This record gives sequence, C-alpha cells and structure tokens, in this order.
Amino acid sequence: MAIPGSSSGTRATELVAPVPGAPRPSPWRSAKVVGIRPETARTKTFRLAVPDAMPHRAGQHCIVRLTAPDGYTASRSYSIASAPDGSPNGVQEYEITVERLEGGEVSTFLHDEVALGDELEVRGPIGGWFVWEGDSPALLLGGGSGVVPLMAMLRLARNTGRPDLVRLVVSVRSPDDLLYADEIVGPESTIVYTRTVPPAFSRPPARLAASDLPQTIAPETSAYVCGSAAFAEGASGVLLSAGVPTEAIRVERFGATS
Amino acid sequence: MARFTRGFGGRAHAERDPRLPPGQYDTGNSWPVLTAEVTPRLDTATWTFTIEGLVDRPTTWSWDEIHALPPSAYSGAIHCVTTWSKFGVNFTGVSVDTLLEIAGVQPTATHVLAFSHTPYTTNLPLADVTGGKAWVVWDYEGRPLEPAHGGPARLLVPHLYFWKSAKFIAGLRVLDHDEPGFWEQNGYHDRGDPWLEQRYQGD
Repeated sequence: MAIPGSSSGTRATELVAPVPGAPRPSPWRSAKVVGIRPETARTKTFRLAVPDAMPHRAGQHCIVRLTAPDGYTASRSYSIASAPDGSPNGVQEYEITVERLEGGEVSTFLHDEVALGDELEVRGPIGGWFVWEGDSPALLLGGGSGVVPLMAMLRLARNTGRPDLVRLVVSVRSPDDLLYADEIVGPESTIVYTRTVPPAFSRPPARLAASDLPQTIAPETSAYVCGSAAFAEGASGVLLSAGVPTEAIRVERFGATS
Repeated sequence: MARFTRGFGGRAHAERDPRLPPGQYDTGNSWPVLTAEVTPRLDTATWTFTIEGLVDRPTTWSWDEIHALPPSAYSGAIHCVTTWSKFGVNFTGVSVDTLLEIAGVQPTATHVLAFSHTPYTTNLPLADVTGGKAWVVWDYEGRPLEPAHGGPARLLVPHLYFWKSAKFIAGLRVLDHDEPGFWEQNGYHDRGDPWLEQRYQGD
C-alpha cells in the first residue's frame, strides 16, 4: 500500500535541522527490520527500528529506499500504522503495512526477499497535513489499505485513553481484505463491506453511505479520508452530504504503489 | 550512498529511460490523482482567473475572455513528487507569458503565489513561470480537463514537480519576495526541480 503525495514533511518536524554553515547530513537512516507479520493474504506489516529519528505523529508516512549494488535506487512512501509511543528522539520504531502488487518492484522485494535483521534505508517521518494530534474529535474514513494511517490515529486514541475522540469507518471489499482485523473492531469502529459480507452480517454489501457515519458528528470534528481516488471522492461526498464542511475534510488519495 | 540493500538487484534498470529524473518511475498510461482537499465542482459560467499584486494592470479574465487569448500548447513530460512521471502528455490553454504581459509585471517582482478556487496555494520564482515555461490549461488530450485533474483549468509548470501546477487555478499574485504555499508550509521544497530532487525543504 501506499502513499500519497498529499503528504509532506513539516518544517517543525524536519528530520535534520539545517545548521548554517554546517554540511547537512543525509536524511536517510539505516533502519533494521525487527518484525514481520502477515496481515492479509496480500499484505504484511514490517516493523522498522530507525536510529536517530524523531517521534512521528499519527498520520505521517516514511519513505523506504532500496539500493542495488550498481547504485540504482527505488523508493516508495508508506504510511506509518503504529501509534507514536511517546519515546524521545533516538531509535524510533515505525510499522508499515505493504500490499504485494504483482510486478511491483518494491512491494514484491519487501514481501519476497526481506528478512528479519535486514537493513533498509528509511527517510521520515514526513507529513504535516494529514496528521491527528490526539486532542480533538476526529472522524476517520478509510478505503482498503487507506486505513493504515488512520490505524495510527485509532491506536493513539486508545493508547492515550481517549477512544471517545475517534470514530473510524473502514470500507473493504470482503472480510479477507480487512487489515488489523483482530484489533480494529471496537466501539469506535464501523466496518463496511462492498462486495462480500461476513456470515450473519446485517448490512448488505454496498458502498459507503451517509447511513454508515455516526449519527451525530460534533461540530468541531476534523474528518480524515484516505483511500483510492474513487473512494476519496465517494467518501468526501458522503461527508459533505452529512453536513461536514469542506474545510474540515483532509484527504489523502493514492493509487497503487508498486 | 555506498550502502546497498541485501538481495536487491533492481528491475531492468539498465534500460532506464534517460527522460526520467532521479528517483522517478514511468507511470505509463495511468495518471494518479493526488489532492489534499475535496474536489470542487466549478462552473465555467462564473469561473475567473486573476493576476494581481505587483503589476501595472491587475486583470481578471472570465472563461470566455481567457479562451479568446492566443492559444498555447504543451507536449511532454510531467513529474510528481510521489515518484511517478508521465510522458507524452498534451495540454492546451494559454501561456502565462501572455497573461503577465497583459497585466504588466513591475520591475521589482521576483516571485508569484499561485492561488486556487480552493484554499490551495503554491509559490514559484517569476523566472519559472515566464519564458515559455508555464501555462493555464483547460484541455487535456483534446478534451476538457476533468475536475479530478484540476479542471476546469489548472496551472501547468511541467519542468517542476507537479504540486506546483496548481489545480483549480484562480490566479497569480505577483510578489517581490517568496511566500511559501500550502505544501511548502508543510515541508515541501520552495522550488521543486525534479532533476535536482528538490522534494522536501532542505533538499
């Protein structure tokens, strides 16, 4: 899965503070793969330990760069799924969830080749717009793997004892496509299936609709929409029809990142 | 960097297209859509484009008025900071040179801030939008530019990363200083030259 260009690094969290007159160190860190676990048939989560990094904010992403012996590089952006853990500057652990795309140069390498203990170059955390700080009401709408940055927000809310601030609506094609299935369910979460529903599930398969949103949306709520361009368009329309103002909606669209 | 990734050979990169700036890949026929805001539906009946700021004649054009200007086309590549590039694209509209000439740029001007019909803004050196390098475009491959891609009209500055090519363009404010726009305030580079990989602030 991944990212959007609709993300960025903030000046405030710029990894490397520019020191006048000093040579600027590389923003790339050599991160160690300290965990790999399957999420669905086509997705895996990689836990990366990144030295000398800043704590991330929920919703940010990082860039993974692969380098061949002849110097050729390929890099892709991946949303960070793990919540900030409150640790100070130093070794940071980021979890990224990667969908294996057939023919995808980076995603197939990560899925098929990378093993525990490998080193990957990582730059980040990046993003100053699609970020939730954990202290205001947030309505999160994710389509497919677009749930990844929203998962960081849900985890942050739960970890800090403020799950009341967050409502998450996830749209997936079928139960097999639901990321973090064991963890995501809870009073904060609504799962919408567009093609195939689990047994004894009352809502018929259908695209996200206004009736899937919480009945009441606090006026100061920020909405975060992440998914494919088609999902983002649909979800934005649903939010507008539910009375959420345009300026309260932050969108992160992406195509498949191979 | 000398370090390489264990087991990574790279795919067919010996045949890497020399038209690709560093760190970019060819997205082929697809055109990924990346926008941070809700896509607005703008009516060409009320659409306007304005040049203001340090100009002798601040000017606003309607949809019909801007279409009456001499047309100008771009054929070539576009490069998105998210690492895709797309070749052989064809846009039609009007050259920014034509618009700035009508408005009359004052000698102290150094930069422009492009602003959209949404809250989006992006900053550019004046030199990057003059000399045949920038357009306001409304046709893509001979068809009206779709809202998802910034229609009815967007800025086109193809030699810089594509976030500089503001969708839903509403105008240019001519300035005597650089004033960071939306993504630039959020960490993206002030200039964004893909050949120099100016992706983020500090690059």
